Amino acid sequence: MKKEKIKARIMDAAKIKRAFQRMAHEIIERNRDLNNLVIVGIRTRGVFVAKRIAKLIKESEGVDIPVGVLDITLYRDDFSDMGEQHIVKKTEISFAVDKKDVLLVDDVLFTGRTIRAALDSLIDLGRPKTIQLLVFIDRGHRELPIRADYVGKFLPTSRRERVKLQMDEIDKKDEVQIIEPAGIN
Amino acid sequence: MAFNHKHLLGIESLSASDILTILDTAESMAEISTREVKKVPILRGKTIINLFYEASTRTRSSFELAAKRLSADISNFSKSTSSVVKGETLKDTIQNLEAMNTDAIIIRHASSGSPHFISSFCSSSVINAGDGTHEHPTQALLDAFTIRQHKKRIEGLKVVIVGDILHSRVARSNLLLLNKLGARVVLAGPPPLLPPEFQHYGAEVMYDMDRALEGADVVMMLRIQLERQKRIFFPSIREYRSLFSLNPERFRRAKRDAIIMHPGPINRDVEISTELADSAKSVILEQVENGVSVRMAVLYLLLGGKEREIPD
Repeated sequence: MKKEKIKARIMDAAKIKRAFQRMAHEIIERNRDLNNLVIVGIRTRGVFVAKRIAKLIKESEGVDIPVGVLDITLYRDDFSDMGEQHIVKKTEISFAVDKKDVLLVDDVLFTGRTIRAALDSLIDLGRPKTIQLLVFIDRGHRELPIRADYVGKFLPTSRRERVKLQMDEIDKKDEVQIIEPAGIN
Repeated sequence: MAFNHKHLLGIESLSASDILTILDTAESMAEISTREVKKVPILRGKTIINLFYEASTRTRSSFELAAKRLSADISNFSKSTSSVVKGETLKDTIQNLEAMNTDAIIIRHASSGSPHFISSFCSSSVINAGDGTHEHPTQALLDAFTIRQHKKRIEGLKVVIVGDILHSRVARSNLLLLNKLGARVVLAGPPPLLPPEFQHYGAEVMYDMDRALEGADVVMMLRIQLERQKRIFFPSIREYRSLFSLNPERFRRAKRDAIIMHPGPINRDVEISTELADSAKSVILEQVENGVSVRMAVLYLLLGGKEREIPD
């Protein structure tokens, strides 16, 4: 078995909370008509980020923002490079995206390919008025011309490292980690 | 959850976990068919041949729609309009089609074992869409999907399959699959169409339909396959109907929430009364709807990954 190790712990629960609050306020500032806003989280961790954002907007403005779940496996462009198939999970978007301001949410922005796939998928579901992008971590190394509108933290990394947003909902704690991959063994 | 197969030749070569992977994937695929744009790009550029040596409405169009919803290119081929009528052999036909760089060949053929034969020399993925009286794996998968949708499980259910078991590839594939997932399978039919040897494959064999139906969770009726009856297997349709047709009175012996299935095409008022076929207990059209999702899952799992060298 390969062993990977945690190289650094970048953010703790308090810092993560503050970043979430700041992003929620930026969204409120920029979207005057919150009733036209819907949030779509990209599986898996993007969904938890999306739900937290929706909760913060509700606490601050009293508006219930619908949250949908997007699975982008069937829109990937790298499937033929993968050792085995990704498991296809359900896309669960119970509202129409037509004419809506859609806030697309993911945990980490890296090459931009996931977001490209998510944009294609969203546009197949309808014609949103606008699409905005929120990511918790932007770690650089873009391969496509994609930029996020709301970023929790810019985190320059080396290409071979991995960045992990640990979330209480699935990981039992809030933390941002940089992971050093294992050497060849 | 890894699914490491190049071909889908039958249920026999699948493990219980393979089957569950297909069913779970099919559940995710179902959502695509409810969208306004019923298409995703994952199999863009893949070429699939739909090779049907026997008649079919459901299976053929279901595979075709499944391929199209995943953006694959699919070409239909039927026996009557091809060079098969000029005497071309099956092997030559396949090699010629493959020369056009196909990625998958879906085949239905009257000879049992023909998909296995093709897979021995073919570099495309081979999918069995029904071979003679042997197997029809995607039918069993869509049946299992439909059962799971209604009963939330398969393990421990009593599934009664009634009719022409001898000629039925649907019954064989279902028996194999339901056994692997832990259901109790009871087969019923007239003795000439139900050899007692089926007991050795994990089924209970009963010649009295009323007894077989007691406490059933699922009743699966099979079509009397008149085209395969080269000998006489029962005296008359009328006698068959009186002993083995599913009518409301008989169906009362099954559980109150039992569902009625049929792989189609149905012979109305032969193996099943029209009243029941069109009743709320019947899930026959749901089976057809689910067929597309299950076939999308199969195509994705076979073609949507890296080229792997697996001697399957």
